[in-house]
Amino acid sequence: MPNLKELQDLTIQVRRDIVRMVHKVNSGHPGGSLGCTEFMVALYNEVMELKEGFDMDGINEDIFFLSNGHISPVFYSVLARRGYFPIKELSTFRLLNSRLQGHPTTHEGLPGVRVASGSLGQGLSVALGAAQAKKLNKDSHLVYSLHGDGELNEGQNWEAIMYASAKKVDNIIATIDRNGQQIDGPTEEVLAQGDLRPKFEAFGWDVLEIHDGNNLEAVIKGMKEAKSRTGKGKPVCVILHTIMGNGVDFMMYTHAWHGKAPNDEQLATALSQNPETLGDY
Amino acid sequence: MKKYIDQGKNDTRSGYGAGMTELGRTNPNVVALCADLVGSLKIETFIKENPERFFQVGIAEANMMGMAAGLTIGGKIPFPSTFANFATGRVYDQIRQSIAYSNKNVKICASHAGLTLGEDGATHQILEDIGLMKMLPGMTVINPCDYNQTKAATIAIADHVGPVYLRFGRPKVANFTPVDQKFEIGKALMLNEGTDVTIVATGHLVWESLIAAETLEGQGISAEVINIHTIKPLDEVALLKSVKKTGCIVSAEEHNYLGGLGESIARTLATQHPTPQEFVATQDTFGESGTPEQLMEKYGLNNKAIVAAVHRVLKRK
Repeated sequence: MPNLKELQDLTIQVRRDIVRMVHKVNSGHPGGSLGCTEFMVALYNEVMELKEGFDMDGINEDIFFLSNGHISPVFYSVLARRGYFPIKELSTFRLLNSRLQGHPTTHEGLPGVRVASGSLGQGLSVALGAAQAKKLNKDSHLVYSLHGDGELNEGQNWEAIMYASAKKVDNIIATIDRNGQQIDGPTEEVLAQGDLRPKFEAFGWDVLEIHDGNNLEAVIKGMKEAKSRTGKGKPVCVILHTIMGNGVDFMMYTHAWHGKAPNDEQLATALSQNPETLGDY
Repeated sequence: MKKYIDQGKNDTRSGYGAGMTELGRTNPNVVALCADLVGSLKIETFIKENPERFFQVGIAEANMMGMAAGLTIGGKIPFPSTFANFATGRVYDQIRQSIAYSNKNVKICASHAGLTLGEDGATHQILEDIGLMKMLPGMTVINPCDYNQTKAATIAIADHVGPVYLRFGRPKVANFTPVDQKFEIGKALMLNEGTDVTIVATGHLVWESLIAAETLEGQGISAEVINIHTIKPLDEVALLKSVKKTGCIVSAEEHNYLGGLGESIARTLATQHPTPQEFVATQDTFGESGTPEQLMEKYGLNNKAIVAAVHRVLKRK
């Protein structure tokens, strides 16, 4: 296990990767990616039990599904820096003939990706299916998933949320990135969700909140707590409070950078706020 | 002409149920999902014998398709099943992204396809599903003709790696294919050799084509009848061989002429061997309530309609 300083260095490097990737092709989704950087770094380097290498079935290891596929930059950077594919391949993000499609896909055979996502609201169902397969295989490892809060507008989530508790799928930890923003504005203006916790609890989930979702230690502590609550007859939901655009000051606290790339000057500012730690790709 | 004997009317959905029963006993990786239509899909025996391998999702088809995709991760072979309307149009994007684009080994099994579910009317009849599914890259599309063939197809698709759409129906229809006939995906079956016209049919229209061929024989017309149970991939070799002999073709299906089997055939012929073709299919319309027989008559999907189409196409040779 890496120590906290190493994870912090990795977090900063992943932020650099994110802004450099979207800047190069002048497209992509930096806001949500930056907000979930601590979570993704913690998940892949401290929380999940992973085998070396990648196989689709993921038997005898924890597996992860990214439902809000538009935050592919953080997913790709974390996967590459965890060793799933060459770090230099990050330079091909969104280019023709790349395995790093705009939204993640299995279609090009990128190691680490187990289902296509991007059209929202589908990931929880897929994660539940994989969790049921683990039970059938008597594999005690867990299934993790990440969802945007705006994504909860999609009705399929609530079919899946209902199913998970009704059928006692207790080997899953579904995390909601509660950054309070979606494309057209704050979630509470677009389609108010109110307090998510009692909604999930009413559906029979065990819910815990991580209030400082951009603090590595808080995320690790919270996810370990979530892990300890699995296997007790209820699906586990983590409400992860994050700041969209975290770590790049002009991208924070707004939905403006949901799907917009920085220009040259803005990139320089973003990088100066995140000095190189592990080496750029 | 070759005689086919109805071994006793039965529904193709029961063929699916029987196939699932056998898969439950022979293939431990097969799992079934259903959206509150277990009785209609005839999978009670599979469930009774393999309760741990059955997932009742409730009336939530989108979740069912996503879960099916997820169950493949870990090596399961999921068979999500419901009515054809809810198994395709209702969940098109779930199938497109989580199953087809993700190349998941899911077998989508759809009963009550076409008009012949009858009295429930157009909300439950789908005449667009073949088109929807065949347009998805990598999707195999199968529409067997009777009980025996549906059972054989159900068993066969478990061994095929990749997403499959298997379409069948509700009414009891003639069961005439051999009980032990092996099902080969993508391989058309020659039912009757003829020289004047080729009739290519799928699903419930195959039996109607055989009746039509008998009528035509009485009129001095020699009809070749081909059972195309697999619409994608299409057996182009068998098609081209037949039309090179007969010089004209009638396609017959319980589906809209837009997007169906007939269109796939027309594309093959247009690019490789232009041939006069007539379509026995619905004419860009929704269905309605009625008995299956009444509907097939009104919408021109029976042996009489096939005979009429043959007469039309013969004039264009």
